[in-house]
Parts: sequence; structure tokens; C-alpha cells
Amino acid sequence: MWLRNLLFLGICGIAVSAVVGGLVVPQRPPQVAEIAHPLDENQQNEIQAVADRVDEQFQQVWSDAGLEIASPADELTQIRRISLGLTGTVPSLEEIRVLESRSKGDRLSWWLSKTFADRRYGDFVAERLRRAYVGVENGPFLIYRGRRFLTWLSDQLMENRPYDQLTRELISDNGLWTDAPAVNFVTATIDQDGNQRPDPVKLAGRVTRAFLATRLDCVQCHDDNMGGDLKQSDFHELASFFREAENSFVGIRDDTRATYEYQYLYDDDTTLVPSQVPFNQNLLQEGATERERLANWVTHPENRPFARAIINRMWAITTGKPLIEPVDSIPLNGSFETGEYPPGLEPLTDDFIAHGFDLQRLIRVIVATKAFQRDSRADFEITAAHEETWAAYPVTRLRPEQVIGAIQQAAVLKTLDAESHILTQLINFGEHNDFLKRYGDAGEDEFAEQGGTIPQRLLMMNGNLVKDRTKDNLVRNSATRLALLAPDHPATIEIAFLTTLTRRPSQAEIEYFVERLRDDTLNPRQKAEDLIWALLNSSEFAWNH
Amino acid sequence: MTIQHSPSGGCGGPDHFSRRTLLKAAGGLPWLTPLAAQLAAAAAADKSGAPAKSVIVLWMQGGPSQLETFDPHPGKMIGGDTKRIATSTPGVEISHLMPSTAEVMNRIALLRGVTSREGDHERATYNMKTGYRPDPTLIHPTIGAVTCHELGSVGVEIPRHVSIFPDQWPAHGGFLGNKYDAFKMYDPRGDLPDLPRRVADERFAQRRQDLDILERSFTRGRRSDLEQNRTLHLATIDKAITMMNSEQIKAFNIEDAPQSLRADFGETPFGRGCLCAAQLIETGVRCVEVTLSGWDSHINNHELQSGRIAELDPAFSALVRLLEERDLLKSTVVLCGGEFGRTPRINPAGGRDHWPHGFSVALAGGGIRGGACIGETDPAGSKVTPDLAGSVGIADIHATIYQTLGIDYHHMYDTPIGRPMAISEGKPIAGILT
Repeated sequence: MWLRNLLFLGICGIAVSAVVGGLVVPQRPPQVAEIAHPLDENQQNEIQAVADRVDEQFQQVWSDAGLEIASPADELTQIRRISLGLTGTVPSLEEIRVLESRSKGDRLSWWLSKTFADRRYGDFVAERLRRAYVGVENGPFLIYRGRRFLTWLSDQLMENRPYDQLTRELISDNGLWTDAPAVNFVTATIDQDGNQRPDPVKLAGRVTRAFLATRLDCVQCHDDNMGGDLKQSDFHELASFFREAENSFVGIRDDTRATYEYQYLYDDDTTLVPSQVPFNQNLLQEGATERERLANWVTHPENRPFARAIINRMWAITTGKPLIEPVDSIPLNGSFETGEYPPGLEPLTDDFIAHGFDLQRLIRVIVATKAFQRDSRADFEITAAHEETWAAYPVTRLRPEQVIGAIQQAAVLKTLDAESHILTQLINFGEHNDFLKRYGDAGEDEFAEQGGTIPQRLLMMNGNLVKDRTKDNLVRNSATRLALLAPDHPATIEIAFLTTLTRRPSQAEIEYFVERLRDDTLNPRQKAEDLIWALLNSSEFAWNH
Repeated sequence: MTIQHSPSGGCGGPDHFSRRTLLKAAGGLPWLTPLAAQLAAAAAADKSGAPAKSVIVLWMQGGPSQLETFDPHPGKMIGGDTKRIATSTPGVEISHLMPSTAEVMNRIALLRGVTSREGDHERATYNMKTGYRPDPTLIHPTIGAVTCHELGSVGVEIPRHVSIFPDQWPAHGGFLGNKYDAFKMYDPRGDLPDLPRRVADERFAQRRQDLDILERSFTRGRRSDLEQNRTLHLATIDKAITMMNSEQIKAFNIEDAPQSLRADFGETPFGRGCLCAAQLIETGVRCVEVTLSGWDSHINNHELQSGRIAELDPAFSALVRLLEERDLLKSTVVLCGGEFGRTPRINPAGGRDHWPHGFSVALAGGGIRGGACIGETDPAGSKVTPDLAGSVGIADIHATIYQTLGIDYHHMYDTPIGRPMAISEGKPIAGILT
């Protein structure tokens, strides 16, 4: 008996040691920072050549409007933009130190390589795409597996799967929602209280917005009465491509005998609606199923709205603001020269199609443009016109997920990523959800300009999360570590600024906060807590710039 | 169409309310700030002529059964175990599970033939809360957001749109912007969670000064109108601090209310939420949503519904009484309903499923005619179709509420997608308006 008790105690001891040991001294495998390599010179030159073509159009806009352009933003500011856009958080102090230990010249390229190897990139961008594909609703019980769908999307991004292939699978795949996660795009529309079938109307709406950036669903109920030439039939003929999709015991499959009927606005009876696409009909080809035909048409290299849609969305994800707003509404026809398309869109479209719908290449080109690299401040007066044309980087509000991601990262000195201890990840996950519930989720329309709210400010000033992440806690909080370990006040201030705002403080800020840290009414930990609190509650922390 | 109306008299007539003299003697809600009185005076000076100025939505999340609440059919195949009782409105009988509400039915108008086309919780909730069916092109604002957008407020230092016990889909600003989202709060026992400072006043003031230094750095070299027209960051912080310092935040806490009054509402979370709603309305809040969840009775319908009704009945009736005693009922519309009703047929598990084809919604206050009752359901359980006399659409309920608030519901909003959108596409329900 005593032997069994001893064995039990031994196992408990090992378990506790493993947990505590993992928290305090995590055993980390090789980090993405160590295995990531920048592009070689030829590859980088190729990317830069495309970026230059994009910038030619921006330059023309700036010249025509007589706008001065802001100087390039400093390196850390650009790194912060990339991190917030592609991983939903700010760079850690650890990451900044590694970056600054590298030679200048290839740091941005290396940072992107590191980002693409980081699971946070797949997860964060997948969530952005999921919102466009299926929204934020919970969806039908059991037959819509949101988490599985998200993980699959993340996997595709980590593999850098060509975007046309990914899209074809979403539109036309068959099977069970667990084994073939792409079908969740279809099962998300099943009305479990109705006919138990995927909804062609919802699916058509999603396809036109997410993959074509066209608001064809506006003519769902009537012909376009806003001056356009789209008809109600255009929408329902597109919806008819989904008529065959059905839910069965083997998951989603196609019943080629199925029909789609609809009663148009001024008709007395329903009509059998054939499948047809609303434009570029010459690109529509035969296929085994109607969904396959649609998928091949949507992703056809000559169907440029498809490429434009994801380019505009990836620009918005990377920078916080789409090239053309709203993100899912781009004119079907036009050109840069005649003013329908913003600068950069067509050169990016040409390159994206020519290089196999490569998302990572697209992001590299975006980051290499002058437009992306402009500062959001200048020594001349910046106006709305400067921001609208990217002559100065537009200041945009962080989305709620970026705010919580940045708070969590700013509160520690080491990087919080997929390699962090499982307990740390679990705690962060719980905090993340609680915070979003209180702060408010941006929903599907996350690139629309929204103002800050009083509850959000109260949450940041007095809420549990900021308190927990700034209070006296040597294990978890950078504020306490700074108070105890930083050699002097300027060092404390510099590290606090780097971890929260990803920049070094100005001389005026150093002088002000050094005085604050000399305040004898508070102990050193409280003073560090106050410093981090102020930084987390600043505009600069809450906005991308 | 069936319109039943009793102008006065019966159990629950005006005299009935004078029973609660204790409250009157105490001067209404004396535990609240005197600012409430100032606000009431300011509201009285409002020359808009609209009978109503505020809305309380008692939101029954999950779908309450019309057959167990406001539209019982005892003795019929669809009736289940629910009996009916007389109310203060002659000719209008409701569930025996709601005796307190029965006493104030002459203050309440009933819609018994509400229909919609949404049978899914999320979609139907959106439909009922916004008056529009879900539309992938934009997100419509809920009643409270529209009300706050259309009606100003004087001297109110707390959020004008509040959701108590917010569910998965709380009231929201939609395309009007998230500044019209409801302020979310939970059980009003004690202080709101994010209002108390985490540090002493002096230290908090110093933190606020620290922020000024950082804000000066941030605005330098950037757009000159960054704070005024874009971020509104400091302005929002200062509004939040104003709220933290305001006497009006007492309205979020019911701990100071008399025990007898709390007992009237029921010592349940929902009861406390309803009492808090009355306090907030008196303080100048435009719209309060109080959610009572747990109505989705696919199994053991009678038992589950009875449990929910036991919370609803005292709270709803006490709310109507208190608003009347405080002379707030005529300026406050109260809506009680859920996203849909429940099937007339009882399923093999003793439950009732989703039923948007004829269910009940209750309205009171504002310009609503108490005692009115419109629409009826078939004892055989047939669907109520929209063309049937007395049937009411969701948008009509919204148009009715907006009309009582003096809001031009025909007004077209410019939406972000460029499509003009009417505040409501319904028509006011004449039969329940004064």
C-alpha cells in the first residue's frame, strides 16, 4: 500500500514539476526566428519590381493631386504593422532584440519569412477569411464545425496553398464536415429548422462578396434600382449553381437531378431557374457538377474580379484599410486610368494571377510598396487626402482581437506563440474570449470604420485583464520584472515603450517618466505598473499607424 | 380580426395601484440621485409631444410558448396542462401561471397573431430585435440604437442604451455604429465591474496626466483633426471618467431599493434586472433590454416554461406598476416577447418546438392602449398566415413603437452600402394605439 501511495505521490510530483518547469523554464524547440531566411537577392528584386509598378500608379496619383508624401516609417513601425496585420499582436521584446541583431537590409524580408513560418499567421489570417466566407454566426448544430473549418483554413495558409485551389475546394468539395473541412462553407448555410438543405441564396451571396467582391446579393429581391444593370435573375441564376448540393449521411454531395425554383418580384408563379453566371459567361465550362462549374469559373485566371477580391482583402488585413472601400465591393469593369480602380490594384492583379495565386508573394509585394512603408506623420500638414491616397499611412483603429493580442504580448517579454507552454496558451485563450465578450467583437464587417466606445475605455482603464497584466506578478508581468531587473529608469522606460508601442521613447518622454519613476509615494512595482497602464491606454497603442 | 378593449375598471383598475402607498409616501425612487428629478423635469419640458421617450425590452430568449403565457387554449388538443384565468381586462384571459400579470392586463396590449419567417434562434432574434430579416449586405440597428440615434438626451452621464443579462445577440448599433451598441451589464447587485477605479483617486488622476504626455507625442506630425474627427480617444476616456464620477451610476445598482419593492419584482436575477431597468429609465436612459433566457423547451415544455414564467410574472407586473406609480409608464414603452413562439403540437418528449407562425407579444405604456388584444390563434393549431385578420408582422411592431416615440419610421437612413433604408418598413398597429 505504501508503495502505491509513494508511486502516486511520485507521479503527482513529476506532473507538477513538468507544469511548473514548463512555465518557468520552457523547453523550446528551434524557433521560427532561427529557421526563417530572407529571400535571396534575385527573389527580392523580383518582388521589388512588382512593387515599383504598383508605386508608379501611386506616384501618379500623388503628383496629379499635388500631394507631398510622407517619409518612410522607421523599421520598427513597419514591423509593428506587419505583426498586427498578420498575427494580431505586437512584436515581443524578444523578437525585437533578434531583429535588431540582424544586419540591416534584409530585415523586412526576414521578418516576413519568420511570420509565414509562425502558426499565429495561419490562425489570425484564417479567422479574417473565415468571417468573409461563413460569417461569425454559430451555424447549424453538429453539421457546421467552425473550429475544424478554421484549423483547415489555417493549415492551407501555412502551406501557402494557391488561393484558386483553396477556393475551388470551398465551393465544390464533398464529404463530411469533419473529414472534408472545406464543406463547412456549404453546411454553414443549412437551415436545420427548414428543408435541411444548403441554402443556394446564402451561398450565392457569400460567393459574390467573398470571392468576387461584388454585391450581387443586393439584387436578390428586385432588379438594381440604383442605376446599375443587374437583374434579380442574375442573382438567382448564380444561386442555381448550388441547387444540387444536399446534406446526406455521407456529408455534402450533389444530386444532379435537383432543380431551383424562384418566384420573381412581379411574377405570379415560381420559375425554374437555370444556372448562369452574371458576367464573363465565356469562361464558364462544363463540369461534373454545377458547383464544380461555378468553382472553375470563379477561379478562372481570366476572371479578374476573383483576384481583385482577395487582393483588396489581403491589403486590408495587412494594413488595416482596404485599397477600395468597402472591402467587398469593387467595380466589375474599369481601369486605373479611368478612375474606377485605385492605384496598385491592377498591377497586383496581374502579378497575383501570373504567379499562381500565391498569397505570400502578394503580401511581400504589398509590404515592399512605398505606399505601405509611408510614415503616418510628416513635417507638413497631413490631411484626409494624404491618408486616402496612401501619401501618408492611414491611422486605423485596432480590431478587438488585435487589442487583446497586443495586451497579452505587451505584458510579457518573451514571445507568446504556438511554442508557449500549454497552460500559458490556455490562460491566454480564456482571457482572449472574455475580453472580446466585454470589448465587443467587430463581426464580419471588421474593416469598417468604427469609433471607440465608453465601455471599451472603462474596460481598458479599470478592467480585470489590464489590472492582472500590470499588477505585481514576477512570473507573468513585464511591469514587475522591469521594476526589479531594469538597471535604471531610462532602461525601464525604453523597455516599456518597446513592449507596448514597439518604439523607443522620445527624449521628452524619457524626462517626463523618469520624474514619475522618482515619485516616492509609490513603490517601484506600482510605478512600473502605472507606466505600463498609461501606455496600454494610449491612442498609440489602440491604433495602427 | 379580434379587437378586445376595456377602457377601465375591473380588477387592476386605477384604484388597484394605490395599494402601493408605501412607495408613493417615500417619494418614488428616493434612493436614487436627485438628478433623476432634474432629468424628469427636463423631459417634461420636452415639447415634442411624443407620449413616449424610452423603451424597455423584456427579451425572452429561446422562444416563450404563447400557449403557456398569453394565449392559452386549455381543453384543446394543443393546450397542454395550462389553464386560463380572467384578467383585469374583461374578455381577455391568460395563463394561470401569470396571476400577477393578469392583474395589470388593463395596462397591457396583447398581440396574439404575430408571425415571422424565421425559425432559427439567431436569425429570428435578429429579426425581432431589428425589425428586419438578416441581410448579408448590412447589419440593422436594434430598437434601442434607433431610439438613441433619433432622440437626444439632456444631462445624462451614463450610457443611454443598456442591456442587462445580454445573451449571445445583444442589442446593437448595426450600421449606425458601435457607439449605439448597448452597454452590457449583469446582475445589478452591487457596482458595475469596470466602474470602480483600481487605484486611489490621486493616483488615477496622475495616470490620466501621464496619458496627456503620450497623446501629445502621438498627435505630433499627424493629422491635425486626429483626435477631434478620428480617434476621439481622449474624449471617450473623459466621458468614461465622467460616468465613473457620476451620481447617476447609482441607477445601475438595486441594493439601495426597499426590500419590499425588491420582493415585488421577485428576488431573481431577472426581477432585479427589471427593477434596475426602471431606475435607469428614471435616470434618463433611453432603452433598456432585460433578457430572461431558458425558454427553448424542446423537452418538458410545461415544466421549463413554468419555471421561466415564475420569474417573468412578478417582474413584468411589478415593472408596469412601478412605472405607473412613478408616472413613467406613459413615457415608456414596454415590450415583452421572444424571437418566436412554440408549436401547438406537443412532441413525444413533452416539448414544443419553434413556431414563428402565430405567437404572442405584449406591449404596455407609451401610447399603447392597455387592454387591447389583437389577433387569435386557431385552437386546432393551424398556422396564422400574414393575410389573416389580426396577424401582425415583426416590422409592424417596430413601426408601432417608433410611432409612440414620435420617431418618423419612414425616415430613410443612408447606409454604408449606399442603399437608403427606412427605419421601419412596417405599419403601426392602429388597434393598440391610443
